[in-house]
Parts: sequence; structure tokens; C-alpha cells
Amino acid sequence: MTIQQTLVSEETKSAKLLRSGLTLNEHRNMILQRTTSSGFYDGLETLDFKETDPIGYERIFSKLRAGLVNSREVAKKIAASPIVEQEGELCFTLYNVAGDCIATSTGIIIHVGTMGAAIKYMIQNNWESNPGINPGDMFTNNDCQIGNVHPCDIATIVPIFHAGSLIGWVGGVTHVIDVGAVGPGSMSNGQIQRFGDGVQITCRKTGINDTPLRDWLHESQRNVRTPKYWILDEKTRIAGCHMIRDLVEETVREEGIEAYEKFATEVIEDGRRGLTSRIKAMTIPGKIRTVAFVDVPYAHEDVVVPSPFAKIDTIMHAPCEITVKPDATWRLDFEGCSRWGWHTYNANPVAFTSGIWVMMTQSLVPTERINDGARYATEFRLPKGTWTNPDDRRTAHADAWHFLVSSWSSLWRGVSRTYFGRGYLEEVNAGNSNPCNWLQGGGINQEGEIHAVNSFETAACGTGACAVKDGLNHAAAIWNPEGDMGDIEIWELAEPLLYMGRTIKTNTGGYGKYRGGLGFETLRMVWGSADWTMFFMGNGYMNSDWGLMGGYPAATGYRFEAHNTGLQDRIGEGKSLPLGKDRDPGECEFEKHLGPDARVKRDKQCITTEAIFENGDLYLNYLRGGPGFGDPLDRETAAIADDLNQNFLLPEFAQKVYGVVITQNKAGEWSVDEKKTMARRLEIRKERIARGTLTQQWMESERQKIIDKDASVQVQQMFASSFYLSARFLSEFKQFWDLPEGWDLKEEELGIPMFGAKHHMDLSELPDVHPVIMTEQ
Amino acid sequence: MSTYTKKQVSDLVKGDLDWDTLHRMLSMPKDKGRYSHYMSVLQDQVSWKDKIILPLGPHLFLAETSVEKKIVTKCSCGHEYGDYKKNWKLNALVYVRDSVEKMEEVYPRLMAPDTGWQVYREYYCPSCGVMHDVEAPTPWYPVIHDFQPDLKTFFDWLDLPAPAGV
Ligand SMILES: [Zn+2]
Repeated sequence: MTIQQTLVSEETKSAKLLRSGLTLNEHRNMILQRTTSSGFYDGLETLDFKETDPIGYERIFSKLRAGLVNSREVAKKIAASPIVEQEGELCFTLYNVAGDCIATSTGIIIHVGTMGAAIKYMIQNNWESNPGINPGDMFTNNDCQIGNVHPCDIATIVPIFHAGSLIGWVGGVTHVIDVGAVGPGSMSNGQIQRFGDGVQITCRKTGINDTPLRDWLHESQRNVRTPKYWILDEKTRIAGCHMIRDLVEETVREEGIEAYEKFATEVIEDGRRGLTSRIKAMTIPGKIRTVAFVDVPYAHEDVVVPSPFAKIDTIMHAPCEITVKPDATWRLDFEGCSRWGWHTYNANPVAFTSGIWVMMTQSLVPTERINDGARYATEFRLPKGTWTNPDDRRTAHADAWHFLVSSWSSLWRGVSRTYFGRGYLEEVNAGNSNPCNWLQGGGINQEGEIHAVNSFETAACGTGACAVKDGLNHAAAIWNPEGDMGDIEIWELAEPLLYMGRTIKTNTGGYGKYRGGLGFETLRMVWGSADWTMFFMGNGYMNSDWGLMGGYPAATGYRFEAHNTGLQDRIGEGKSLPLGKDRDPGECEFEKHLGPDARVKRDKQCITTEAIFENGDLYLNYLRGGPGFGDPLDRETAAIADDLNQNFLLPEFAQKVYGVVITQNKAGEWSVDEKKTMARRLEIRKERIARGTLTQQWMESERQKIIDKDASVQVQQMFASSFYLSARFLSEFKQFWDLPEGWDLKEEELGIPMFGAKHHMDLSELPDVHPVIMTEQ
Repeated sequence: MSTYTKKQVSDLVKGDLDWDTLHRMLSMPKDKGRYSHYMSVLQDQVSWKDKIILPLGPHLFLAETSVEKKIVTKCSCGHEYGDYKKNWKLNALVYVRDSVEKMEEVYPRLMAPDTGWQVYREYYCPSCGVMHDVEAPTPWYPVIHDFQPDLKTFFDWLDLPAPAGV
């Protein structure tokens, strides 16, 4: 926690926002000090209001929460962007004076923390004296160095006053379709630094007297590719914020300012206690270790970036040690993470910690009462210099999700072990899918306008398996619990891309006693565009999810694109067409329906930069499945027959992985022979014993590979970058493998560029900048 | 707070519980008594006598040995992996999918990781061949010690006496 000492004399002179006479910074510091010294938010050992007037307390909570949800639903209708209107990528949150969240709407609730960080930044950097905070003001923020996830999440923040004094803040955020980055689309590649990551606005005052300023409107609208969507998104945010401000004013009129202000503090301590009581009720104290990875394959020729030092393959590494303590608070320590990099997947600590609540509301705190209290019950440690706490102000963040979703998937497994241990099997989740591919691109669209797209079909990937049932098919994404794939008709209006098909993606759910939910695939044909590019964004060479307790990870991604397809001729001639089912990618089904001169890319390179797509070209959007739970040999045979008959599973893998003996009748229906399957499964178990090696024995051979430095450059780079940042990780690694004292691995040995490894410059080195730090580093 | 019968917990473990009850389990505050029913359901599933105190997976348990009162990690088949504080995986069998051919046994071409980046490590019971875990790390990665429970505090939380071997 940073406690920013009183800055300059101008601060005291300007202290007129609060009835207490304190500056905002003094007010916030006192809350932090009382919290630190007592262990209770703002020193609240008792919840007086809640205990003496529980009905009054609940009345305020219900009114605010209902109003937040309602404002989101109403404001959503203003937006034209399908990302907001179809996918619900927006959220409204109410804060107390100190910028701590009281209550939030549904939606992309990661922004509970990111907008709170922006408010805290304004408080800590004395915005009250310059540019001033007045009734009717609006502030806009999307700065990733302040805590935003990625530049395309634009927040509008409005202060709320009562009788001339500041009583809180409301923030609204939408995920806009384009922010004018080097690559078109909201989560693009191509840029490798902040300076190409799109427009970044640092808590700028963009409106007074409830009216956006004209210089802001003119400047912002020309800095993005899609001003129509941008304008309506901003109106959405402003309308929602103003509805919520009205709601707070009405609540204060009805309940009195004392009651409201008391509520706005107590509710956070209440939230803190809520988390600890759930931890105690659901988990098991102790230590959980887990880890996650994802690929950054930038050496490939289809990744075109401006700087040669970015042209390397690297791997994101996110080990986590979760300690559930006897007092039912917990600590999440990410010691050993790899370094930030020259790509758009870096994350600010706030994006990381705030995002965790998105997943926890889906299991540990499945309540509408999520607020900043949960953060006060959690210790996070994100070491400085890692990808999730960069020590350099040049970092790009456009697709921070590539790393965030990958690292969080391991946390599901971690907490699920404790649910499983206590018998709360209904809460177990093997993890989240890597919600991708992100179909993005831009150019001149079917309306003849400059355009950019980011298909949010990813919002409906497969979910992880539970310990009592399969994951859900094409259902959700980790970042927005309300996932929806969106209507084909709407996407065809928004993008110059016709659907050749949209269908479940066979064999994508991780195998297990309960399998992961399946993803889906859509085959798009470029149509009606003038100049058009697209690119791919997702995992390919690696999985970011793992299975749990014997289940397998989901299938990895792959890429399919086709150019010079001859499809317009084939359509004219009435010939067969690729209709969107790439059932087994090894069979190359699509290619059977293309012209003789088609150029096809079918490989593992799932991150690319802009490539030219002509009308008639094809792009496969493959949305991933979720991981599985438990040994696949324990899966009920009826469920496997069902999977086969619904085309969820290829027969080859039903036999090899699930060990079933199957037959297909004349109508094409599969059935499983129970008796033969039982025998076959016993044989498979014997085969496993025959091919397995005692782990300790296998470790000898793996140890020799380490001593010989026998691994790909990207694997060695990952270890070297983690070793450099963490002496502890290196020492534990050497101890585990029993390596000689002098063994070490440095990036210098690898013959690849190391820009940023040794020389870097942090945001805090800029004049007059006081970053908000809310985690241990 | 809802409470459930041993039969309902048994159905939950088998994956047969009716949706209404499952939904109640998901949406209502957790029932502290679940643990005792759960242990008794799990104990009924195994043929050995050592007392199960915590499951680590569908076929893997921490159990208190009946004679020496030591806590060990144990497979449903009875195979013992040693002291519960040690990582059971080190005494299991491992099979590493570290080539295209080995990956294509489990996923279609293009749908498995590139083994230059990532491998699958499957951990089997040396006696019965059940697969207890699949790790998906990079080559060289240390074997993960997934979970080290603080059993003493856990039994405090449950308001139950802790086993002697804790
Ligand atoms: Zn066994």
C-alpha cells in the first residue's frame, strides 16, 4: 500500500472538497493507516450501522446494487458496438471518497479495481488542486500504467457531491472496438511498445457541467478508427454514470448523508469479512502451488513488428504459491514470474489483482456483495520487473488477457483442490479455457468506411469440467461471466465477413471423467470489403490450461487461413463449398472445396500480425474448449457414446484415451460395448504401468538434459528470465534437480536480443508522478 | 444453512445427484457437516481399513494408518506413496509426452502442444495404473507439489479432533 506523504503546501490550501477539511489524500491515508494498524477496514472493529439498523443497511445496499445493474442495462442500449450491446462488455461501479468500491453492476467486473486505481491516482497526485474536482466534472482514463487492463477499456469517472462536499465517485467502462493502435482492433498485435498501443488518456478532465469538452471530442474521435462506435460508447458511459449519480443523490435524500457515508465505509469491512468467512467455510488452510504458461511465438515470419529485438520466441511463466492462513485470510505470491516483454501481453498489477475477483465471484464469493473489502482480505505479491508488474514505462498492454487468462487458469485448479478436499465437489472447476481466438483486423469495410473489428465470439468458449459434471459447451469466458457468442446476423453487419458455418468444435474439450466444455468454430469469408486485413491472436504451441486430478488440458489452437480460394468461381459453377466444419484438422477438409491455386496456411502459428485478405478469402475462427477432470478411463460409457453421436469426440480418441470398444450401426449411430470396454480399460492401465518410469528415475534423465542445456531457446529464455528476477526460484530449481553449485543459466548465453532485461526506466521516474501501489512487490 | 444426508453426498460423489439438490448446494451457504458424510462415503469405496482424512483426487487420499497412526498418501487400490508431507508424485510412475508421435496418441494433429514448448507428464499408480494427474509444463520444469494442507488448523476449522499423526 503506498501512503503518499502530504505533498506540497498547495494541497492544504485547496482542501475544501471534504466536510472534514482534510485533503483527499490525507483522508485516504488515514483510512489506510487505520486499516493497517487494526486489521479492519478503516479500523471498524464493529459494524455499528449494520448491527443496529440491519434493515436500513440492507435497504441502502439493495437500492444501490439494483440501481447499478439497472443503469448498466439501460445504458447498454445506447451503444451501437456489438461488443457492448451484444456481449455486455461494460460495467458501472460506485466508490466511496477514498476510491474504494462499495458496489458494482454486473458485467466486466475486473474494472472494480481498475477504475478504483484511477480514482486513487487522482487522489494521490493532487488532482483536487489541479485540474480541480467539481460537481459536473467528468474524467476519462484508459492508462495501462495506472492499472487499466488494456487501452481499449475506456473509463468515464464522475465525482458525486452533496451540499458542496465530495461524497463519492461513479465509474463506467466500456470495451471500445478500436483505440488507434498500430494494429486495428481492440486487442491488437503489431505494436510492441506503449507508443503504438493506441491513444492513452491519463485521468484527463474531459467534461465540465455534465458536458464533454469540445477539444476532447475532436481530438479523441480522430485518434481512433471507429468514431461512430466511440461516440456512442462514450454516451453510454456518461448516461450510466449520471443515472447512478442521481441514484446516490436520491438515496442520500431518503436515508440522510450520515447513514450513506457510514454505509459507504462499513460495507467494505463487511466485504472483507465476507471473504474470510467464505475462505474458512469452503477451503483448507495450507500451501498450494501451481503454475501456468503461454506461448509468445514472435520469431515466425507472419509476425511483423517494427523492432528487431522483439523478433524472438518467449514463454510467459506464472508460478503461484497460495497460502491459506489460519486466520482465513490468504496470500497469493507470484515469485518466479518471467519478465515483461516486447509484445502487447504485459499487465499492470491492478489488472491482475482486480481480475482475480472476476473468477472468485464465480466460486469463492458468488454474491452481489463483491467490493473492495475482498482485496483488503488478500495479500498479493507481484514482483517488480515481471510481466505483471513491469519496471519500464514503455510496455504495451493491448492484449494483457493473453497472459492474464492463462495465469488465472492455474488458480482455479489451486482453490479447487481445497473444495474437493472438503467435499464441495459442486464448486470444483478444472480451470478456464484460454478464451481465444481473437479475430481482428480492419481497413475499409462493406459500407466504404474506415473500420476495425474484434469479434467477441470468444465470450463463449468451453468452460472447465467440474468434479460432478462436464464443462459447458461454447458457454463463457473468464473475463465476463455473462458470456454470449453474439448473433451471426449482428456480426455480419459489423464485419465484412460472411459466415460459411458456425458449429461446435469437435474434440476440443479436455478429456476426463468429466470432460471440459467444447469450443466452437466459425468459418468466415471476406465479402464486400475494399481494403482489408486480419490477423490471429491466441495460444497455439502451448496450452494455458491444464486438466485437474487426472483430466487432460483442452486441445490447443491452430490456424487456418486461405487466400486466392477460387470460391467466387465455385459459387458460380455450383460446386461444393467449405461450410465451416473442420472436424479433424489433420484431414484438411476445407482444402477439398477450394480452387487449384488456393494458398492455405494451416499450422500452429496462432499469433500473427496484419495480413491482406481479399474478398473470397477464408479465416477460421476457432474458439477454445475447457480442461477436463479425473482419469478419462472413469468416464461413463453412455456419456462417451453421447459425445460420439453429437460429434463432440473423434472415434480414434474415444478408443485411445477413453478406452471404449465401439461400433457404428448403419444409421451412423455409435454404441459402446460395456464388457469389452471394461477389459480394454484394464489393459490400458497395464499399458500405462508398462510405459511409465518411476518419477525419481525419470528425474535423473531430465536432470542430465538440464546440465546439458538441452531445451529450446524459448524454454531456456523463460527460465533465464525468471532466474534473473528471482534468486529464490533459481535456488529452488537447483535444489529440486540437485544441480551442481556452479550451475546457472543466463540469457546472455542464448544469443538472442535482451532489450529491457538490464536497462529499463519506470513510470515513477517521471517528474511529479506518484504511482498507486496496492500490492507487495 | 442447508444440511444433506449421507445418501445425497454419496450421489454427489457418484455424479448422480439431482439438479435441484446440486443447485441448492451451489447457491446456499456451505454445510460444515459435509466433510463427515464425505469421509464416510469415501471410506465405503475402498477395501482397506486405514482412515481417510482428506482426498487429493478421485483415487488419491491422505489416510491415517490403523496401526502406527501415521498419515500417508494412498491410492484407492491400496498403493502407498509414503508420508503425506512428501510429494506423492515422486513415488508414482511418470510418462512424458515429449514428441509429436506421443502427443498424437491423445490429440489430433495440430491440436496438441509443440513439444519444443510444452510436454504432458502423466502420473500413474504403479500398482493399478490409474492416472492421478496430468501436468502440462515446459521441459525441465520441477515436479509440482500441488498441495500441502495445514491439517492441524483444518481440523480446528472443522471443530473436530485432529488425527494423532498431524
Ligand atoms: Zn493404485
